Amino acid sequence: MNWSDVGDAMFGGVADYAEILALVSNSVWAGAILGLVGGLIGVFVMQRDMAFAVHGISELSFAGAAAALLIGVDVVSGSVVGSLVAAGLIGWLGSRARDRNSIIGVLMPFGLGLGILFLSLYSGRSANRFSLLTGQIVSVQNDQLGWLVAIATVVLVALVLVWRPLRFDSLDPQSAAARGVPTTAVSLGFMLMLGLVVAVAVHIIGALLVMALVVTPAAAAMRVAAGPVAVPVLSAVFGVAAAVGGILLAVMGTLPVSPYITTISFAIYLVCRVVGSRRDRVVRARA
Amino acid sequence: MSLLEIRGAALRRGDRELWSGLDLDVAPGELVAVLGPSGSGKTTLLRAILGLEPLSEGSITALGERVTRRGNRRIGYLPQARPLPVETPLRARDLVALGVDGHRFGPPLRRRGDRERIDALIEAVGATSFADRPVGVLSGGEQQRLRVGQALADDPRLLLCDEPLTSLDLANQQAVVRLIDDHRRTGAAVLLVTHDINPILGAVDRILYIANGRFTLGAPQDVLTSEVLTDLYGAPVFVLRAGDRLVVVGAPDAEASHHHHDDGGVA
Repeated sequence: MNWSDVGDAMFGGVADYAEILALVSNSVWAGAILGLVGGLIGVFVMQRDMAFAVHGISELSFAGAAAALLIGVDVVSGSVVGSLVAAGLIGWLGSRARDRNSIIGVLMPFGLGLGILFLSLYSGRSANRFSLLTGQIVSVQNDQLGWLVAIATVVLVALVLVWRPLRFDSLDPQSAAARGVPTTAVSLGFMLMLGLVVAVAVHIIGALLVMALVVTPAAAAMRVAAGPVAVPVLSAVFGVAAAVGGILLAVMGTLPVSPYITTISFAIYLVCRVVGSRRDRVVRARA
Repeated sequence: MSLLEIRGAALRRGDRELWSGLDLDVAPGELVAVLGPSGSGKTTLLRAILGLEPLSEGSITALGERVTRRGNRRIGYLPQARPLPVETPLRARDLVALGVDGHRFGPPLRRRGDRERIDALIEAVGATSFADRPVGVLSGGEQQRLRVGQALADDPRLLLCDEPLTSLDLANQQAVVRLIDDHRRTGAAVLLVTHDINPILGAVDRILYIANGRFTLGAPQDVLTSEVLTDLYGAPVFVLRAGDRLVVVGAPDAEASHHHHDDGGVA
């Protein structure tokens, strides 16, 4: 390893940064809205204890995208179909937490295996192959980016509309049902939204790293805030910061986007943990 | 007019009959305690009144309406609750607020009057001093008071409580009993499931004691006797008086023999 090569890989494009930015501006927008929606839905993922489900859905989403690549149809549609099948199965078969974890544990390797099979059979450009696993948003074409932005926007609107019943159901499903909240429909709707977000995230950050945008920001926000507005707002800010920051840093050089996003996301989490441990001490001292 | 009418109710789980032929009327201002061993279908009875679980037989009329739909905002419900995780992203006031607007779809914006209602509920349950603290760091008693506030959001004329005093210390048990009793004094009917009658004995008008697939209904002094419970369980049971507390000795707990048949929904 040569340090000047590393420097080139990281910062080789600084001289032409303005031109590069103009080329990737659509990717930045896609990253921003995914960071926003991933941060918001992540709060519910944490509250419903579904981090593992996110991972399970993303592997089947990867399988769907790989199948689409192999048979030559739109990759985004493939990942959406894979996601929704996984989200539907997990929502349908795994209403109880223990069942859910075992179903995810069964689905996940199967999905990943299928995806790898499809990729090995695929004879097209090899760069496409691993981008589904590890992400490369800047290689996604503009019409597909449009789809990603549209899907994320639809989820954002839907999420805002079901916000309060979803929060009630996530905290106390029995009371929510007693108050007339259609808890089954709300839960299935949530799985559907989660599936769509994951499908979008697979293209931006890769199936293996989806959690960095759908779980980590919310986990970080919950360390430092407790309010029903503060937590989702902070989580969304963290998500956008990681996604946009990661893309902006990555395009300076030739390295992939994903390690930047995961590193920023993780750094935010670390800072929040430190800040949060101080807060906990204060709160406990007052209690 | 009774606020709750149960007629010919039966509950079966597989081949096992938990109870049948249950008739119960609860009048305004009346507090009825439901006692019985674990697995005797007490929680299911409350959930059936809310329309969340079907009876095997019989009908329920709550607040003048036949129960057919799932959920009913006119009924207050205090489900059996575990302490909330420390990281729960809600403050105390938000837990109460769920009772006011938690069921509403649409953009999460407060309506006029919501804030006043929430403040009034917080004050009514004595939670003003910790209203802005995260719920996860509050004690079990504080959380339970907030849940009472949430259940009283629409000033329900019928209040259903499922083990509202479990794992509370004596002072908090008394505080929660007082809140429930105060609400009953406004003319609401209360049905309260408990495994320990003592903390609430002074406020109870009647007891519904379910055991062994049968039940008995009456005033506390008529139901909580060695003769009545021995007859109900079909085995020798003794009710002992220790100061102003009652101790039931020898009542076989259904949980030991039947628990593995249950789905966890019957407690």
